[in-house]
Amino acid sequence: MKKLINDPQSVVDESVEGFGLAHADLVTVHADPKYVLRTDAPVAGKVALVSGGGSGHEPLHAGFVGLGMLDAAVPGAVFTSPTPDQIIPATTAVDSGAGVIHIVKNYTGDVLNFETAAEMAQAEGVHVRTVLVNDDVAVEDSLYTAGRRGVGGTVLVEKIAGAAAERGDDLETVLAVAERVNRNVRSMGVALSACTVPHAGAPSFDLADDEIEIGIGIHGEPGRHRIAMENADGITDRLLQPVLEDLRVDSGEKVLLFVNGMGGTPQSELYIVFRRAAQILNDRGITVQRSLVGNFVTSLEMQGCSISVLRLDDEFTELWDAPVHTAALRWGI
Amino acid sequence: MALDVTWAVQWLRLSAEAMAKHRSELIELDRAIGDSDHGENMDRGFKAVLQKLAESPPETPGAALKLAAMALMSKVGGAAGPLYGTAYLRAATAMGEAGEIDAQLLSEALTAARDGVVARGKAEPGDKTMVDAWTPAVDAARKAAADGDPAAVLEAAAAAAEAGAVATDPLVARKGRASYLGERSAGHRDPGAASTALLLRAAVEAADHAAGPL
Repeated sequence: MKKLINDPQSVVDESVEGFGLAHADLVTVHADPKYVLRTDAPVAGKVALVSGGGSGHEPLHAGFVGLGMLDAAVPGAVFTSPTPDQIIPATTAVDSGAGVIHIVKNYTGDVLNFETAAEMAQAEGVHVRTVLVNDDVAVEDSLYTAGRRGVGGTVLVEKIAGAAAERGDDLETVLAVAERVNRNVRSMGVALSACTVPHAGAPSFDLADDEIEIGIGIHGEPGRHRIAMENADGITDRLLQPVLEDLRVDSGEKVLLFVNGMGGTPQSELYIVFRRAAQILNDRGITVQRSLVGNFVTSLEMQGCSISVLRLDDEFTELWDAPVHTAALRWGI
Repeated sequence: MALDVTWAVQWLRLSAEAMAKHRSELIELDRAIGDSDHGENMDRGFKAVLQKLAESPPETPGAALKLAAMALMSKVGGAAGPLYGTAYLRAATAMGEAGEIDAQLLSEALTAARDGVVARGKAEPGDKTMVDAWTPAVDAARKAAADGDPAAVLEAAAAAAEAGAVATDPLVARKGRASYLGERSAGHRDPGAASTALLLRAAVEAADHAAGPL
């Protein structure tokens, strides 16, 4: 294992410390318990958004703390959800009295820890609501699994709900926007290589040189099935088709197309995937009105990508275009 | 032999030893069907338990388990943190202020722990989770409790949990992160069931130690 680290046990501590130093104009890092706050939190009268999850998905979530997106991010150990003793103080720190929304990716650990924290923060007088993000169509049979996972769509929920909060919507309205984004976004991912968790020291699964894993989550967990390597267009077709089928997006509709890198795939390859996906959408009479391409929800150094499609309406487009100033997304200011 | 606070503290110490010793093995089980973090998280969690024990020594078995619950809940993360935290907290509540735990109370505490895990995680037996170790352990403990020997209750629970963990091998996971693998999760032991068996075995060893000189 070759990694740019000092000690596997201190990866998250040192990385978050560096993040705080690099973006001191945007965030304040609290070291123990660990959480990242927007520098001007709590923002008077504004509904606050808190998200979090295991580390290793950078820039998710700390990279999205700032104006127009998150008020706090709570990083856990690598691929491990954060704990209530982090989530509770982050929640109370950003509450202006207008309430707090927890944006939680649907994984058992994240759900349990945020649920516990929400109960305890409520007991301290904070109005907490939770939106579960579960956009991953790779999980086919939700009756016999922990349910669909939260993947790429999380960024879109955070951006659009963040803009709604920033413009002054109240708690229930921001929650409704967040839930509506989640209902209108679907994603699917592929891995060309596994990733290595620092403290494990070995790749998270074994993949031969000529194999790819379809339907991966974002924790280096294996996907639904394994197939022989194909070219970019072939892989794009395999990812996009189930997304479009599940979303039931029709000719004449407008979408946001998000091609997300898993951490180890160059931007140039992501654009090759985007090109094919845009062609398919165009052929079906669907307008790609907005786009996002880059490494936003990653699995350490995994090679691969995910494709997310969000059905747009005028409100979503307006909120997407609204100003945002975070370490990873910045426009309109 | 009495299961008193010395036993409870010894149980937690031996649990920490077991988690450190089996850290890599649990990581490896989790690597196969999960996300490679279970051994690391449990090791970190029980190190935190040891630290809390040193800071504020408990006076009853229930207090010892409550302290462990709080440390696990705040340090483990993932699904295992809230699940084990709830298990230890429910067991602690069942034990109450008792200075010594008899066979009946022990089986009630184990039952409460299992019920807590089920309530939080919503898994059923056969879903390939730690419930598949907890449930046979509780069944065996309740049966053994009739004879009135708490050491026999612990031994029955640990042996049943070990068998239950082994029995997860062929199962297809329906809860937790392994469930995303579908059929491919069969042929691997559930890491949570494996750690449950290790923790209950530590309780037996603590009773053996408590019976003789340390």
